[in-house]
Amino acid sequence: MTNSWIDIKNTDCCLIIGSNAAEHHPICFKWVMKAKEERGATIIHVDPKFSRTSARSDFHVPLRSGTDIAFMGGMIHYILSNNKYFHEYVNDYTNASFIVNSRYSFNNGLFSGYNPRTKLYNKADWQFETDANGRVKRDPTFRHPNCVINVLKRHYSRYTLQKVSDITGVTRENLLKVYEAFSATGRRDKAGTILYALGWTQHTVGVQNIRTSGIVQLLLGNAGVAGGGVNALRGEPNVQGTTDHAILYNVLPGYLPVPRANMQTLEEYNKLSTPVSNEPESVNWWQNRPKYTVSLLKAYFGNNARSDNDFGYAWLPKADPVKSESEGDYSYMYLYEKIMRGEIKGGSIWATNPANTLPNTNKNREALSKLEFLYISEIHHNETTDFWHGPGMDPKKVKTEVFLFPSCHRAEKEGSISSSGRHILWHFKAVNPKGDSKPMGQIMIDIMKEVIRLYKKEGGAFPEPIVNLNWYRSYDAELIAKRCNGWFTSGAKKGKQLNGFTEFAADGSTASLNWLYAGTFTDEENRMKRMSLEQTPLQKAVGIYPKYAWVWPMNRWILYNRASVDKNGQPWDPSRTIIRWTGSEWEGDVPDGPAPPLGMQGGKNPFIMLKDGLGQLFGSGLVDGPLPEHYEPVETPVRNHGFSGQLTNPCAKILTGDTDKIAQPNDPRYPIVLTTYSLTEHWCGGSETRNVPSLLEAEPQLYVEMSHELAREKGIANGDAVIVESIRGRVEAVAMVTVRITPFKIQGKTVHLVGMPFAFGWTKPGIGDSTNRLTLWAGDPNTSIPEYKACCVNIRKADSVTELSDTPVQEGPGH
Amino acid sequence: MSKAFFIDTSRCTACRGCQVACKEWQGFPANFTKQLGWGSHQNPPDLNCYNYKVVRFSEHKINNRVLWNFFPDQCRHCLEPPCKAAADHYVKNAVVIDEPTGAVVFTERTKKIPNEGFLSMKEYCPYNIPRRNPETGVINKCDLCFERIEAGHIPMCVKTCPTGAMNFGERGAMLSLARSRLATVKAEFPDASLLDEDSVRIIYLITLKREEYHDLASLKNPVLTRSIG
Repeated sequence: MTNSWIDIKNTDCCLIIGSNAAEHHPICFKWVMKAKEERGATIIHVDPKFSRTSARSDFHVPLRSGTDIAFMGGMIHYILSNNKYFHEYVNDYTNASFIVNSRYSFNNGLFSGYNPRTKLYNKADWQFETDANGRVKRDPTFRHPNCVINVLKRHYSRYTLQKVSDITGVTRENLLKVYEAFSATGRRDKAGTILYALGWTQHTVGVQNIRTSGIVQLLLGNAGVAGGGVNALRGEPNVQGTTDHAILYNVLPGYLPVPRANMQTLEEYNKLSTPVSNEPESVNWWQNRPKYTVSLLKAYFGNNARSDNDFGYAWLPKADPVKSESEGDYSYMYLYEKIMRGEIKGGSIWATNPANTLPNTNKNREALSKLEFLYISEIHHNETTDFWHGPGMDPKKVKTEVFLFPSCHRAEKEGSISSSGRHILWHFKAVNPKGDSKPMGQIMIDIMKEVIRLYKKEGGAFPEPIVNLNWYRSYDAELIAKRCNGWFTSGAKKGKQLNGFTEFAADGSTASLNWLYAGTFTDEENRMKRMSLEQTPLQKAVGIYPKYAWVWPMNRWILYNRASVDKNGQPWDPSRTIIRWTGSEWEGDVPDGPAPPLGMQGGKNPFIMLKDGLGQLFGSGLVDGPLPEHYEPVETPVRNHGFSGQLTNPCAKILTGDTDKIAQPNDPRYPIVLTTYSLTEHWCGGSETRNVPSLLEAEPQLYVEMSHELAREKGIANGDAVIVESIRGRVEAVAMVTVRITPFKIQGKTVHLVGMPFAFGWTKPGIGDSTNRLTLWAGDPNTSIPEYKACCVNIRKADSVTELSDTPVQEGPGH
Repeated sequence: MSKAFFIDTSRCTACRGCQVACKEWQGFPANFTKQLGWGSHQNPPDLNCYNYKVVRFSEHKINNRVLWNFFPDQCRHCLEPPCKAAADHYVKNAVVIDEPTGAVVFTERTKKIPNEGFLSMKEYCPYNIPRRNPETGVINKCDLCFERIEAGHIPMCVKTCPTGAMNFGERGAMLSLARSRLATVKAEFPDASLLDEDSVRIIYLITLKREEYHDLASLKNPVLTRSIG
């Protein structure tokens, strides 16, 4: 989130799209309801299904899954063509006036620079024109045909109400209702927020979905302000914490890019990963990246990281360079391919259940059986720990040796948890672990200690990265938290904790496992444990508690808060002041840097993490285009969408092997759109909550929600057992026939949509098995996140079922 | 002292935190539930001796607008509890009023009430609340968490509610909160009303017509058709 949970109360309009906030982040609705009750905010829910979120919204707008860019593109068109944008903000704080390279083009769904062989773009044409000093050329009058705002207008002129309505299935009336309500916030005294979650990310256009909200919020002046922002809702799985600490193949902690094989030395890495800006008003914060990289290396390798050995940079693994859609991608998508091909012999799985939650589950289950060994840490038996005796497996033939390390429950251990609003809170242990179970951190530390011992004793092909690690003697959550914060390794303050990332150096005198967490754990205190509600009147008005836990970066509650004030540092809306320039300093929230407001001597641009410091209405950061463009999901019920001849994302990552079949567009065998989702009562893949009896009681069996119209067509009654089939697999589920799902009118024809949760699995007998046997391995080109939210299926009444039972079933041994 | 709940269904998101927290606090086992032949989020389908609280779901499409109503159902703790009158007829003081809170409490003595008496209690209860444990014979239902209250805590379901739907306090304060919320909510929902607020301690605010919730949403005007999603 650019903002925080509590800040939702400051909004005038809350657009929930790609999220079922009330069901998946129940507590956030406290703040949504406060905005509604105390500010009279309008709450809008745009989603394929009427859910518990819709029930508490002012209105619900059903949208065919996978058409969000068309919907949002229509809003961009509406804002621009009706002159609803916040002029002063757009002029001063966005790149609307930048002049795009004259070679830039967009033809029939493709941007210039596309290479069909690699499915990648050469982004040279997407850059801005520069002058002799390397500064970006601008036209503040917005007359130049290639200045960003005109490029934007041209691009979205195709997104007319008629075209958008035809493809999304949203009526023109409903489109206008949302566009009018939300664009009414494009004024200095109004703020609108956009809440999204996996309903936006899990598409082959996932990142571009989110880009549309960035563009809308910049046009309306809603980025950086209280009650505004682009808010990714993250939750209890600690997605915020895991991304911060880089549980992803392509980043190191603190969002440093993973080294690639074309970056053999630290100097090469720094050169390729450190942006340079020629704009004097730009802070260009990432110019500090080398300090964070060296400090990370010092934390990894301790005294073994020295200036004369590149601080151990050579010991970091180097990923293959990205040369095509698949090369250099180490995500799950290609990992299971490599296992299938026998290129990976063994592995470890921590706290995730890929045999239930990854797409095309039948394939993943088979892949696990090809491994020689697998060690897993889990609380409960689940479809992954027990894959070797699952449906269709003959345990006698599975050669995989599985080691299961019992993990304790989160209530049985302490540590930090990072909320969606970037608040890092200390999580206290409530009870001692049961039996032999241990915190996963302890299991990992103990395994690695043994690996280091063996490498020291026996050597190996490349022992340095392991034997040189600055490893732990024993598991201690606070010690790890201290190392994340960082410390001085030399000089007068040697051994002292760092107070913030401004103290970092690139010479090896500081060490930290995550620069963003610098400030969490100082010499004085573990700030994550703070619970003080002390605040100034200014902070009270918007709900900032600077002494409650700690927020990255630097305890800043709202990112890009310098955009909440005009060029003189005065808030757009004084009743919603986050920061204010007193004439000599800032008050309120921690500002994005101490520099004076933009209009003053030494003033700086607000978007400090961007190279040029201005909001990017047009930008070259993503791999699949400088502007979002509507493409259909990889499996789609239509043959053309009317915006261009390019049906699906030209950069989408798609597996097409024998085990990864994909239905043709508008395949008559699979005419129904399937979307998948979670539910309040179960947590993610459900392996934990299915073992909580009162939760399984509340949501006991796999269901498929469908409209009365579809049920009538198929002769299905509420409560019937049905078979849902895609080209990849078949799943049994119980029909839940409901008015909450309505058929869509797409290009004049009826298109049905059904929805299923993915929390059920065979290890609890009789409740149903993985929904993901239906979904496909097609991923977003930027993130490789699979398209869980849209694929094509058919449905029929079942004659008999084996996965579902209407009487209790005895669980097998080991449960 | 005289306590009451104000249950503001206009704020309820049916997260079912109350339903689950109640049974966890009571230490009750789960019932076997299923979707086959049922097809509804409302699980367990009804109150039972292990669920003092069940969130009822009812859905409608009226004038092309979808409505999904949530009703966290439980004992209303009537000011003049007819279940007590019925029970006293069979076993004196099997049902008692907890004086400090006003809670209507079913004691262990309810075991001794014959089946005929149990049926009579159910019949007298305007909301069909009492349930009998088939193993122990005890008749039970929500006890307002009177022991928690007397130990200085608030009832478990209220503590769990994230959205302000569940409120607890002195009856006078809850009544005025309910009336002031009703006045506000009526602007958006002209059909909004409080349910039987003069005769119960558990005061519901609903935003639509009673029959759009469930058949026993209120004492008055009962509608016997059920629509469950």
